[in-house]
Amino acid sequence: MSSFSITEPSGRSKWFAGTLVVLYALITMVPLVWIMLTGFKSPADAISYPPKVVFDPTLEGYVNLFTTRTRQTQDFLAENPPVTWADEIVRQYDMVIVGPSKFGERFMNSVIIGFGSTFLSVFLGTLAAYAFSRFKIPLADDLLFFILSTRMMPPIAVAIPIFLMYRQLGLSDTHLGMILLYTAVNISLAVWLLKGFIDEIPREYEEAALIDGYTRFQAFYKVVLPQAATGIASTAIFCLIFAWNEYAFAVLLTSATAQTAPPFIPTIIGIGGLDWPAVAAGATIFLLPVMVFTILLRKHLLRGITFGAVRK
Amino acid sequence: MADVQLRNVSKAFGRTRAVIDMDLTVPDGSFVVLLGPTGAGKTTTLRLIAGLEKADAGDIEIGGRRVNTDTPAQRDVAMVFQQYSLYPHMSVRDNLAFPLRSPILNTPEAEITRKVQEVAEVLHIPHKLDNKATELSGGEMQRVSIGRALVRDPAIYLMDEPLSSLDAKLRADLRIELKRIHAELAATLLYVTHDQIEAMTMASHVGVLDRGRLVQFGTPREIYENPRTTYVAARLGQPRINLLPVGLLGEAAPEGAQRVGLRPENIRHGAGRDATVVRVEHLGDQTRLHLKLADHDVITLADPHTPLSPGETIQIAAHNPLFFDARGARIT
Repeated sequence: MSSFSITEPSGRSKWFAGTLVVLYALITMVPLVWIMLTGFKSPADAISYPPKVVFDPTLEGYVNLFTTRTRQTQDFLAENPPVTWADEIVRQYDMVIVGPSKFGERFMNSVIIGFGSTFLSVFLGTLAAYAFSRFKIPLADDLLFFILSTRMMPPIAVAIPIFLMYRQLGLSDTHLGMILLYTAVNISLAVWLLKGFIDEIPREYEEAALIDGYTRFQAFYKVVLPQAATGIASTAIFCLIFAWNEYAFAVLLTSATAQTAPPFIPTIIGIGGLDWPAVAAGATIFLLPVMVFTILLRKHLLRGITFGAVRK
Repeated sequence: MADVQLRNVSKAFGRTRAVIDMDLTVPDGSFVVLLGPTGAGKTTTLRLIAGLEKADAGDIEIGGRRVNTDTPAQRDVAMVFQQYSLYPHMSVRDNLAFPLRSPILNTPEAEITRKVQEVAEVLHIPHKLDNKATELSGGEMQRVSIGRALVRDPAIYLMDEPLSSLDAKLRADLRIELKRIHAELAATLLYVTHDQIEAMTMASHVGVLDRGRLVQFGTPREIYENPRTTYVAARLGQPRINLLPVGLLGEAAPEGAQRVGLRPENIRHGAGRDATVVRVEHLGDQTRLHLKLADHDVITLADPHTPLSPGETIQIAAHNPLFFDARGARIT
């Protein structure tokens, strides 16, 4: 016997909502799953039609992603038997591994630039948001609007001025240059998001800490920051996703030293065209850090840390 | 512990003058209650002493030292806020230890453990020490809040309506508790409230505020029996003082008196002018009579088991009336 409740959804509507969510999750996961599967296919399976869902998995894509190879004569191959499992995989095309590819380096560039600019955006954003939230700043509203206005056009619209500027300043193709660029794009988002979160933390906490014998900076560090953890975590995720996935500026401004993974992955050329399994393998590895980062910060995304401690 | 002095202190927020020429002395070891309605400047006065607001004019002294430009930390005051304002990311124990761990006090851990335990026992919360601050009931939160002030030995304790958010039973308990703590610690306390019962029961001195000004300062008894204005007279006493035109009860009025103030208990029954009973309120411990006396409402007290009922007529006369002039100032 079920009882009627106004606030609790009925069993049937819960079931309906659940089905919708699962269905939506499945649809959004199709491309991701397809990329991950393609990474384990042979080049022939990857482009076969109709597409193969069941196939013999191979690590060929991953080997091709991380190595550079050359074709060798039969004599050479006979004299040098394969040593590792990776050697055996490339042998089927009469090739040998001659060294690592640039992928590892490009991936590290992405890590340095992505996390570097995320840290800088959140660090500066938190300080600015705190100042806007707590102090009387002359023209605060205009400044906030100005900060927001930096996002009113697509960043790529200023690509050419930035390209020229970076060349003049020697920031082209440097890690620092890319960190500064992504920070400049992300800082407005960080300030606005974090200001909202800090506005919600009652001033009483800091005032109590000031009276309890702490300086304003200590009060900020010990009382405000832990309570802003939710906002800082979600802001960091947004900033990281932008910096991590950014493609256009990376193509334009980086080449030999500071190139990130997004412009690199599509350039992985195999024999007779794009090596799709290697590209898919690169995309899969590229997805992991953001996924792990988001999962690690997941519990901070749930609200309710401060709930109930101050009566409103 | 130390005394606190305000001299000609003023504070305005934009055009609103929150505190005007405030002269106030909180003697060492006293329990001073500032009483007034919302907007009278009570909380601003506290915040000025705490250093959370800067005075526009005047001097603030704590223990004889001028503190106008000191930070809150340098002033050595403890404050309990109206909201519980416990640090939500800390346990109860860490909340209580927080002031002791400050760079100014920097207490050794063993001493902190001892003091926290001691205060927790005074406030009956030792079993809650390891709870998260957010897992407490409202009453427990406010006790921890008070405890966070009590772990210290400051120049003065400042309390901003600490009991107003609690239910009646808890309020009554904590009132007694605070009074006991004050006596045991021989502490100086400045307490802000709009609740006259808190003022009457706990205070050694009461200061009545009216729109930013301190209008009267004295013992609760003085304020109750000798109010300087009709405003002060109306702030204390439940039911409120009756303010009637002079001569209505045939009392001898001094020169210039316009109105007469009569506390409900100072209306004698059985002789004098005729008044009609409008309503009888049985409150259990007391019974209030609402009377009509020549078109004026009068409230008085009656025996709890009074047989009177609406429509009946009784005779009333004034006893110890208070006289006020046209502007509300007392005439003696």
